[in-house]
Amino acid sequence: MADYLDEMDGIADEADPTVGDLEIQNYTINFGPQHPAAHGVLRLVMELDGEIVERLDPHVGLLHRGTEKLIEHKTYLQALPYFDRLDYCSPLAMEHSYVLAIEKLLDLEVPLRGQYLRVLFAELTRICNHMLNIGAHVMDVGAMTPNIWVFEIREQCLAFFERASGARMHSAWFRPGGVHQDVPLKLLTDMADWLDEFPSFFEDAMSLVIDNRIFKQRNVDIATVSKEDAVRWGFSGPMIRGSGIAWDLRKSQPYDVYDRMEFDVPVGTRGDCYDRFMVRVEEVRQSARIMRQCLNEMPDGPVASTDRKVVPPKRGEMKQSMEALIHHFKLYTEGFHVPAGEVYVATESPKGEFGVYLVSDGSNKPYRCKIRPTAFSHLQAMDFMSKGHMLADATAILGAMDIVFGECDR
Amino acid sequence: MANGAPTMSSNDGVAATLAKSLGAAVLDTVEAHGEISFTVDRKKLPAVMDKLRKSHEYQQLVEIAGVDYPERPERFEVCYHLLSLTKNHRIRVKVTTDEDTPVPTVTHIWEVAGWLEREVFDLYGVLFDGNTDLRRILTDYGFQGHPFRKDFPLTGYVEMRYSEEAKRVVYEPVKLAQDFRSFDFMSPWEGADYILPGDEKSEDGDDKGAKK
Repeated sequence: MADYLDEMDGIADEADPTVGDLEIQNYTINFGPQHPAAHGVLRLVMELDGEIVERLDPHVGLLHRGTEKLIEHKTYLQALPYFDRLDYCSPLAMEHSYVLAIEKLLDLEVPLRGQYLRVLFAELTRICNHMLNIGAHVMDVGAMTPNIWVFEIREQCLAFFERASGARMHSAWFRPGGVHQDVPLKLLTDMADWLDEFPSFFEDAMSLVIDNRIFKQRNVDIATVSKEDAVRWGFSGPMIRGSGIAWDLRKSQPYDVYDRMEFDVPVGTRGDCYDRFMVRVEEVRQSARIMRQCLNEMPDGPVASTDRKVVPPKRGEMKQSMEALIHHFKLYTEGFHVPAGEVYVATESPKGEFGVYLVSDGSNKPYRCKIRPTAFSHLQAMDFMSKGHMLADATAILGAMDIVFGECDR
Repeated sequence: MANGAPTMSSNDGVAATLAKSLGAAVLDTVEAHGEISFTVDRKKLPAVMDKLRKSHEYQQLVEIAGVDYPERPERFEVCYHLLSLTKNHRIRVKVTTDEDTPVPTVTHIWEVAGWLEREVFDLYGVLFDGNTDLRRILTDYGFQGHPFRKDFPLTGYVEMRYSEEAKRVVYEPVKLAQDFRSFDFMSPWEGADYILPGDEKSEDGDDKGAKK
C-alpha cells in the first residue's frame, strides 16, 4: 500500500501541477483567428494565469485588402463601392462619410429629399447593424433564441435595402450629390407599417435577455471603462456613451438633416459591457423614432443634385438630350474632378466615429483617402479592459465592442 | 448651409488664438473648407500636442494619417486629427518627415496613438521615436516594404498560394494574367503631355530627312 501511495505521489506531481507547492508558469494561447466568437479574423495572443487574462495582444490585419491604396487608383465614383465592403454590417453608414467628404470638397448642395432619404436609410442601417451585434453578443454569452429573433428583423431591414438599391448589403446607393435613385412610395409606406410592427417583436426578444440572470452575470461589471479612459483611448459611439459621456456626432456635429430630428442620446452609468449593450438597445428605439420623423417630414423633389458636372443624368433624360448623353459618358469614364484640398469628415456610424480624410490634388482620383475605422481604438483598449477578467469574459468584451474586421483591417 | 457635411463650433479666431499660444512651433496655418490645419516643427510635436490637450481642451486623438508626396524633399506628411469634446471642435496638426528621420511619439500623451503610429510605420515606413511597440500591424507577418508609398506598385511584388507539393503556403513573384490597366483620362484638348504611338517619328531625324 505504501509503495502504491509513493507511486501515486510521483504521478500526481507531474500530471496535476496545481497540487503541492510546485509553481506553475503563465501560459500563452491563441484565440482565433478561426474562432466563432472572434467576430471575423481576429487573433488574440493571450497570456493566461490559470483562467485569468494577464495580458492580451490583438493581432489585426488578417483581412487587410489595401482599400485605401485601391481607392487612389479609382475615380471618385468607382471608389464608392469599396466603402460597402469596409463594415459590411452597416454599408450605408460607411458610404455616408465618403459622400459627405466629396460634397464638402466640391461644396455641393444635396436636395432636401436626398438628405432625408440618406438619414432614413442611415438609421435603418443602424437598426440593421445593432440587430446583428445584439444577437451576436447574446449568443457569445450563451443565449440562442434572441439571436434568431433579431436576425428576423435584420432580414426585414435587408429586404428594404434590396428594394431601394437592388442589393441586400453592398448597396452603393449613396452617391456624391444625393442618392442613386428615388424609392417607390410603396416602400416608404411599407417601412412605416414595419416601424409600427417591429418594435413589439424587438421588445419581446429583448425581454428575454435584459433582466436575465445569466446574461447579467456575464456582462455587469465586466470590463468597466471610466470616462477618462474612454476619452484617452479615443472611444466613440456606443463605447463612449456606455461610459457615461453623452457624445453623439448626430447631435453635436449634425450632418444632412439630423439637426431637424428629435432623438435622445442614451448613456450608461457604470461603463461595463451591460451598459454598452443597453445603449445599443435604446439606440434601436431612437433610430426607429428618427425614421418615423423622416417618413413624416420627407418632402417631394429631386433625390440628387442637378449639377450635371457631378451627378449623371437619368436614362430617360439621355434619350432626349445630347448634352445629357455627353455628361453621362464623361461621368462614367473620366468621372468628375474634385478641387484640390483636404477634408476630414466623420459621421456617427453604428459602431462609432467613422471618418474619411480625403486629400484631393484636383484630378479625378483621390490623392489619398484615409479611413478612420472605429474598431482601431476600441480593439487597442482591449488589453486593459480584459486584464484580470476570465478567459470566457473576452468574448463578452469583444461582443460589446461591436467589431467588424472589414472595417478594422480595411 | 451649402453642403450637408458635419457642422461644428465656429472657427472664428480659433486659428489665430492657437497659433499665438503655440508660438514658434507653428510653421504654417491653413484654414480651408471650414477646417484648420497647422504644420508644426517636428521636434516640438510632443510639446505642441501636450499643450493642445491640456490647455486647449483637445482631449481626443482621433486619427493619425500618413500621406506620401514623393516630389517633396521631406516626402511624408503625418496628420494628427484632434477632437475637442467640450468645445465641439476639430483641428489637424501636421508634421513632415522623410524615410530616415523619426517623428517623436505621442503615445505618452494618448495611449491610442500606439496602434495609429504602428499603422503609419507599417504602410509608409515613417519611424516614431519613443514608440516601444513599433511592429507591423496591417500587413502580413514578414511582409517586406511599405505598401502605401506612391512608388509601391498597386499589385505588390509577391503573391501567395497554398502549394499542394510543399503542403504549406508559398510566396511567389506576382504574375498577372493581364497587364494592370491604368487609364489616362487627360483629354488631348487639355494639353496631354504624352506622345501618341507614331508621333515620335515626326521628331526624329529620319522623318525630317524625308521632308527635305
